[in-house]
Amino acid sequence: MTRGAICKSVLVAVAAITPMHVRQHGMSSRAPVHYGLGRPATAADIQAWDVTVMPDGRGLPSGSGTPAQGAAIFAQRCARCHGPTGVEGPFDRLVGREPRQGFPFGRDTSLVRTIGNYWPYSTTVYDYIDRAMPYDAPGSLTPNEIYSLVAFLLWKNEIIADTATMDARTLPRVRMPARDRFVVDNRRGGPEVR
Amino acid sequence: MNDQPHERREPDGLTRRRLVAGTAAAIGLAMLRRSAFPQTGPAPPPSRPLGGTATVLGARAPQEKLQRIVFGTMHGMSLTPLQDLHGIITPSDLHYERHHAGVPAIDPHEYKLLIHGMVDRPTVFDLEALKRFPAVSRFHFLECSGNGSSGYTDVRPDQSPQVVDGLTSTSEWTGVSLSTLLREVGVHPRATWFLAEGGDAALMARSIPIAKAWDDAMIAYGQNGEALRPEQGYPARLLLPGWEGNTNVKWIRRLEFADRPFMTRDETSKYTDPLPNGTARMFSFVMDAKSIITSPAYPAAVTGHGWWDVTGLAWSGRGRISRVDVSTDGGTRWSPAVLEQPVLPKCHTRFTFPWKWDGAEALLMSRATDETGYVQPTLAELRRVRGLGTNYHFNNMRAWRVRRDGSVLFGLEG
Ligand code: HEC
Repeated sequence: MTRGAICKSVLVAVAAITPMHVRQHGMSSRAPVHYGLGRPATAADIQAWDVTVMPDGRGLPSGSGTPAQGAAIFAQRCARCHGPTGVEGPFDRLVGREPRQGFPFGRDTSLVRTIGNYWPYSTTVYDYIDRAMPYDAPGSLTPNEIYSLVAFLLWKNEIIADTATMDARTLPRVRMPARDRFVVDNRRGGPEVR
Repeated sequence: MNDQPHERREPDGLTRRRLVAGTAAAIGLAMLRRSAFPQTGPAPPPSRPLGGTATVLGARAPQEKLQRIVFGTMHGMSLTPLQDLHGIITPSDLHYERHHAGVPAIDPHEYKLLIHGMVDRPTVFDLEALKRFPAVSRFHFLECSGNGSSGYTDVRPDQSPQVVDGLTSTSEWTGVSLSTLLREVGVHPRATWFLAEGGDAALMARSIPIAKAWDDAMIAYGQNGEALRPEQGYPARLLLPGWEGNTNVKWIRRLEFADRPFMTRDETSKYTDPLPNGTARMFSFVMDAKSIITSPAYPAAVTGHGWWDVTGLAWSGRGRISRVDVSTDGGTRWSPAVLEQPVLPKCHTRFTFPWKWDGAEALLMSRATDETGYVQPTLAELRRVRGLGTNYHFNNMRAWRVRRDGSVLFGLEG
């Protein structure tokens, strides 16, 4: 079993605590199961707000972009805060693969976490830029622009080739260097400090 | 006639009682012999000024200069003045703040909560609909999972409780149990996680295991008896008792149910804990047991020998605090502190410890134990299991060094 597979099976175990024991939880004898409050959400309601992108690619819109297209948009919309090559700042460093060996972030405080050395899922780059960037004008990028920026950042982090095109089909298949580094919380209370 | 029960000096130096007596005499009640009052003697004191009138909104006494400390411009953050507060409740205007894209201004009449994904009845709730469900009220702490980093990696002596640990506060939260809403929308039995998304500019989002929703999660709209403050998520937020602050998504606008986590940036790039063994822990939700002495503490001084009340706060995300021990010698000898009532699960608990200072240098420390038997670790112990590269969950013991001159500095234990 790979570490990723262990991680996934534990995630399922952690989450799947049965809800049955709570059927009576906090319900007075007068309380109905269903109050009939709120109104049914229409497809339009959901479409207007649902921006979710999942690691398997669910939720990614149509559209596409390349590193070259992304470079131009990055220079215009992002470099001011993240530096011309995504390294210089002043805000979060977005590019960097060091150290290429191991994952010593818990020991070495000089390492800066980036998309290239720390992010486990490529889809998160799309999801986050769509939600939150540019910091002072979030929501102002089109899907083509976001795919282009994602392609640029993955290329600068030496994860995809400069000829690659990112879209709803290719992006979820990009395997990130830190993909297998994450484990589920094993703290359980009790006397042991973990 | 005069209805004042007490003497009241008139400008000419006569007392009202004298005037009363004089008047009484004039109507034949000469037995009220107050007319024998001396005419000379010490100067009369000035009258007491009449107090202020009633107001539509109260305000603190002008001498009480309580303030949060604000950090950062791009990353908004402000810290609660723990050293200035009594009991366990944080006044709402002093509740700490942490936000990733500012405080949004949301019109409560426009507010909507969308619940969809793996549910039988995708539903939109407005604020009125949320308030028509049975309301629950609970006292719980919130704590930013980055709280206390300056007691772990950047340990300087000139730090107050507010600076060290001010990213925690306690309120009474009122809202609807999330389990009630889960039944309302008919959550699919195979749903295991949900996405909680805020209506801030960054649409901040976190994945939450569904077990927490069935346990004690709520959609809160009330804080300490009134509506939530804007900084705490007005008009409604997710509240996950005992879990790291970031998961308690403010300005909550959408819950999407699914059969796996979503892997947002704030549960991968951030809010994960790299460990010394070359892995990183993710979904480290629970805030472990912790305590801090809030008085005596820098910058206040111990101004004289004799008895002092050593007091502070203890809390655990796993339940109740079962005991707090205090040491005055840097952790060699420990004695139990008094836990002040109420001692509530996943809530700040006030402890007190009478201490007689003899003028010698002292190292004051507190150590919390929760009902699971977890004991707050020393700094060395936590650094050993977590490493120095970690950014969150700094629940190691804190120490205050009382020097011979009575000044108090934030100090490393031992
Ligand atoms: C006005 C300054 C500003 C601009 C412009 C800006 N960013 Fe950011 N960016 C930030 C800040 C500040 C953060 C950290 C936000 C936080 O932690 O909540 C950030 C974080 C990020 C992150 C996450 C970093 C990490 O490791 O977690 C990514 C990715 C990112 N920005 C991409 C972009 C892209 C792409 C653009 C251009 C479309 C852009 N940013 C434009 C300020 C900016």
